Amino acid sequence: MNDTSLIDRIICAASRAWAGDGEVLATGIGIVPRLAASLCMSTTNPDLMMTDSEAWLVREPVPVGPRGDYQLQRETWMGFSRIFDNVWSGRRHAMVGPTQVDRYGQANISMIGDDYRRPKVQMLGVRGFPGNSICHANSFFVPQHNRKVFVEGEVDMVASIGYNPARLPRGYSFDDIDIRQVITNLCVLDFGGPQRQARIVSLHPGVSLAQVEEATGFPLWSSDTIVETPAPTAAELALLARLDPHNLRAAALGA
Amino acid sequence: MTNKQMSAADVVAQLRDGMTIGIGGWGARRKPMALVRAILRSPLKDLTIVAYGGADVGMLCAAGKVRKLVFAFVSLDAIPLEPYFRQARQAGAIEVSEIDEGMMLLGLRAAAMGAPFIPTRIGLGTDVIRHNPEIQVIGSPYDGRDWVAMPALSLDAALLHVDRASVRGVCQVKGPDLYMDDLFARAARHTYVSCDELVDDAWFGAGEEARYVFWERAVTTGVVHAPGGAHPSSCAPAYGVDMAHMKLYAASAREEGGWNRYAERYIAAGEDAYIDAVGGIDAIRKLPLPVY
Repeated sequence: MNDTSLIDRIICAASRAWAGDGEVLATGIGIVPRLAASLCMSTTNPDLMMTDSEAWLVREPVPVGPRGDYQLQRETWMGFSRIFDNVWSGRRHAMVGPTQVDRYGQANISMIGDDYRRPKVQMLGVRGFPGNSICHANSFFVPQHNRKVFVEGEVDMVASIGYNPARLPRGYSFDDIDIRQVITNLCVLDFGGPQRQARIVSLHPGVSLAQVEEATGFPLWSSDTIVETPAPTAAELALLARLDPHNLRAAALGA
Repeated sequence: MTNKQMSAADVVAQLRDGMTIGIGGWGARRKPMALVRAILRSPLKDLTIVAYGGADVGMLCAAGKVRKLVFAFVSLDAIPLEPYFRQARQAGAIEVSEIDEGMMLLGLRAAAMGAPFIPTRIGLGTDVIRHNPEIQVIGSPYDGRDWVAMPALSLDAALLHVDRASVRGVCQVKGPDLYMDDLFARAARHTYVSCDELVDDAWFGAGEEARYVFWERAVTTGVVHAPGGAHPSSCAPAYGVDMAHMKLYAASAREEGGWNRYAERYIAAGEDAYIDAVGGIDAIRKLPLPVY
C-alpha cells in the first residue's frame, strides 16, 4: 500500500480515538494527531473542543498550514495558563508523539541514555506529559514502529505515568490512568489486554502479526481474529482534503 | 512619582552571581532577548535559570552562564530542539531540575502567594519525582492519596518583554497569550521589563487599552526601552519569529567555535549594533506572524 493511502487510513483510524469522548478538549500534537482530532470533530463527535494551536478555542477545526483568507471561528481565549486549568479538570484527551513507549504505556520525550545527568541524546524535556498522564486521557501516534520506540525495558525517562504497578502512587489504581489508542505506521494498539497489557486492535493492510511483534520490544496480547484497520470513507477523504489543503500529511510518516 | 526607566546594563548591574532568574515568554515567543544579550555581555555567572525555554536558555548555556536550569522544555518552536541547550546537557555541563510545564506554573504561583508549596497530582509515578529529590510527595490530610508538594519557585529577579510600558512600570501585552509572565513577575523580588514601545501613562486610559495590563505597576522594578527587544523571538502582534535568524543561530551550533563567532557578530557590539546587524527595526517589525 502506498504512503498516501496509508497516511489517510492512519489519520481516519486515529480520529476514532475521540469518538466517544463527549465534550472534551481534543489536542493533537503534530500533523497526524491534529488532523485526526479535526476529522473527529467534523464527523463523529461535533461536541469536541479544539484550539487554533496558539491561544484561541475555535468552534470548527482550523485547517493546517498557511490559512489564506480563512477566518478563525473563535469561541474563547485559551492561552497556556487556561490550558492547564482544562488539563487539571480532566476534560481533555491529547494525542502526542512520544520518542519511547514501554510495556506499561509509560512514555518519554525528554532524553535518551543511561545517565540522566549526561544524556546521550537530549530532546525536548518532559513538557506537559506528567500532568497530562495523571489528569486526562492520552493517545499516542508513532510514525515509525520499531524497537527503538517500543523499548524492551522501561523508557529512559518516565515522563508520563502508565500501568506500572511498581510506580503506582498511594491511593491510586489503574482506573485513574487512561491510555487509549496507540496508532503507528503498522497497526493500532491499546492497553486492553489482561492486566492492561498492550493489545493489537488492528493491523494496517499488508502488515503481519509477526512483523509487529518483531518491531516491538515487549509482548503484545492479541485475540485469535485480528481485524484490518478500516479504509477511510469518501466523506472522510473529502474532509481531510479540506482540513489539509496543502497536503502536509503526505510527509508525516517520514522516510 | 517614581521613574523606573533604566538601561539594560543598569538591569544587569543589579543582578549578582548565583542568582535565581526567571525569564518570561514561551519557546520562541516574546522572550526578553535584549536583556538576555545584556547578560551575555556581562561577567555575570553561576545563574539558576527558570524558564519555558527557547534561545534565551540556549544562549545562556552556550556562554557558560548557567549553573542550574529549571525547565519543562527548551525549544525554538519551528526548530524543535534547542542546539546549545542540547550540547550543554549532553556534555553534562549544567545541573537541571526538569519539571512539568504545569508544575512550573504552580511553583511560580506558590512563590507569588508566599506559600511554601502547592499540592498537585502532576509528576506522580514519573521520573520527574525521582530526579528531583527535593520535591516531596506527601500524604493528604483529606483523601489518603499521594500528592506532589510542588515547592515555590522564588525568583531573585524576573526578566520579561512586553509590547508597551510607561516609565512608572505599567506594562501592556497585546499578543494572544500572556504565557506565565504575570506569575514570573509576582514570583520575583525584582521584575525587570523591556518594552518595544515606551508610552505615556495616558495611553492606558484610552478605549480598552487597560484590559491588556496584567499586573499592577508596583510589581515592576525597572523598565527598559528596547525596540525589537524580543528578536529573534516573536512579539505578536508587532512582529513574528525571525526564522532565518533562528536557522542561522541553530546552524552555528554545528560548527566548531560557532557560538563564539555568533556572539562576536551579533552580541559583542551592543544592542544598537545588534538591531542593525539583523536588518534594522523596520525589518524586524515586518517579520510575519507565525502560523501554528
